[in-house]
Amino acid sequence: MELNRLNIQEARAKLDSGEISARELTEACLEQIAATSERLNAVLTLCTETARQEADEADKRLKNGERQPLLGIPYLCKDNIMTKGIRTTAASKILENYIAPYDATVIRKLKAAGAILLGKTNLDEFAHGASTENSAYGPTKNPWDLSRVPGGSSGGSAAGVAADLCIFAIGSDTGGSIRYPAAFCGVVGYKSAYGAVSRSGLLSMTSSTDVIGPITKTVADAALVYNEISGLDELDATTYPGPRLVEFKSEIKGLKIGLPKEYFVDGLDPEIKASIERVKDELTAAGATFGEVSLPYTEYGIPVYYIITPSEVSSNLARFDGVAWGFKAEEAGGLQEFYKKSRGQGFGPEAKRRIMLGTFALSAGYFEAYYKKAQAVRTLICQDFSKAFSEFDLLLTPTSPHPAFKIGEISNDPLAMYLEDIYVTGASLAGLPAISIPSGLVNRDGKSLPIAGQLIAPRGFENKLFSAASVWENKIKIDKNNFI
Amino acid sequence: MLSKEQIKHIATLARLELSEAEELKYSQELSNILNYIDKLSQVNTDKVLITSQIGGLVNSWREDRVKPWDKDEVALALAQGETSGGQVKVKRVL
Repeated sequence: MELNRLNIQEARAKLDSGEISARELTEACLEQIAATSERLNAVLTLCTETARQEADEADKRLKNGERQPLLGIPYLCKDNIMTKGIRTTAASKILENYIAPYDATVIRKLKAAGAILLGKTNLDEFAHGASTENSAYGPTKNPWDLSRVPGGSSGGSAAGVAADLCIFAIGSDTGGSIRYPAAFCGVVGYKSAYGAVSRSGLLSMTSSTDVIGPITKTVADAALVYNEISGLDELDATTYPGPRLVEFKSEIKGLKIGLPKEYFVDGLDPEIKASIERVKDELTAAGATFGEVSLPYTEYGIPVYYIITPSEVSSNLARFDGVAWGFKAEEAGGLQEFYKKSRGQGFGPEAKRRIMLGTFALSAGYFEAYYKKAQAVRTLICQDFSKAFSEFDLLLTPTSPHPAFKIGEISNDPLAMYLEDIYVTGASLAGLPAISIPSGLVNRDGKSLPIAGQLIAPRGFENKLFSAASVWENKIKIDKNNFI
Repeated sequence: MLSKEQIKHIATLARLELSEAEELKYSQELSNILNYIDKLSQVNTDKVLITSQIGGLVNSWREDRVKPWDKDEVALALAQGETSGGQVKVKRVL
């Protein structure tokens, strides 16, 4: 048995019974990372020594009889989350040598819970992208087919879970960045409700939609990690003391699920559409009822998102001025020139594109027409969901319009890349909890690729979301060939 | 279409040095993206309030009190830029 292939619950049972140690589990993951690093490029910074220390510490706690859900469980974390004393790059050249001076709240919580940080994963620079091709350190490859992207922006975390480099991973989702790569890699990705998990220590991208969440091998594992990292935090004033998912049951009798008709239109891969039909049939057999629902403002989701996001990005990235930390241009004379050169040389193409777009949208004369207009249409999108949830408990949709695409296939067309987010921005703009779950496998060029669907819930109804996700997972399993 | 002058102006506002090639590239790409985004003008929002926050929280209060800052955090935070006499040093302004 290769221990790195275990999920959290399986590893938990073996650790608690003393069958394996946290150190053995950690070594198995470190070996898999080393064996695959050149092919996958999923991990930017490896924490071998501290991981071993944390594993030995966890073994002591286990020996002393301590029992906690994540005690002794090794994980990987997206490199846009601060880890004290460890390089935190956001996959940007501008932070190439940056050492985080403090831990993000989620990292602090995971440390206290006894989880073991193995390393930091690759992403699109500052989480700007849907393919992990925008990393300054090269793209991550999809473990199912190394010529394809893993999705993004949490591509390193999703590929890491799929290829068993870790037992679970942490990602961030601003407009689909957990769910979309989870779909491309055949794993579970949970975007928590906005404010359920503290953003303190997450490098800010779009402050009004950023969330942190788990990428895992099973639905139950996602709930376990969410329980550990969620909750009120005085370092993030947008957190709320939301209900924790203490328990959920694989029981959905009487649950009403809506299918938004605007999500099943031209452009959706027919095999993905058929797989969602199958999910519907399985959940119906388990006692749920389905109906069509309309979210009429769906088509405006991408335009709203690509005004709000670049605007907030341009403001949030203003702090990278080269003065107190980060990349510094050498040859600059005065302060203005120093700013312009440091930022011009430090940021990659997509970060610059978003800074430019956002600066334009927020500039005098355009603010009302772009940013305020987008915020108003955002209200209409939120109202669409509220209306749908007055009739239905959950919504079922595809996660992506097609399976993973080839590296380089659309990277030269920024607008085409933005349109990839079509099914995932809605829940982000409305701040809703949403989970992506594998819905099957398809064949492309002789290789199996995973496809996925998404469940969306109203805020505060995470238990129903996880119940339905759990039934789904029990009925539809994808064969994970241990490809790599 | 955004003109080269507009692109230069935005780059100055954003404190970004761009090459000639980048100016040309961004003027085309941003124009394409803005053309697509302009579909928002089809939506009537005359009577719609804006959404700037989705958490449902109104005010989030906490006591305003001073707490000590960990010494090693201070040291790590200040070790990454040029400092002089405990202050962060910047380039000359004039």
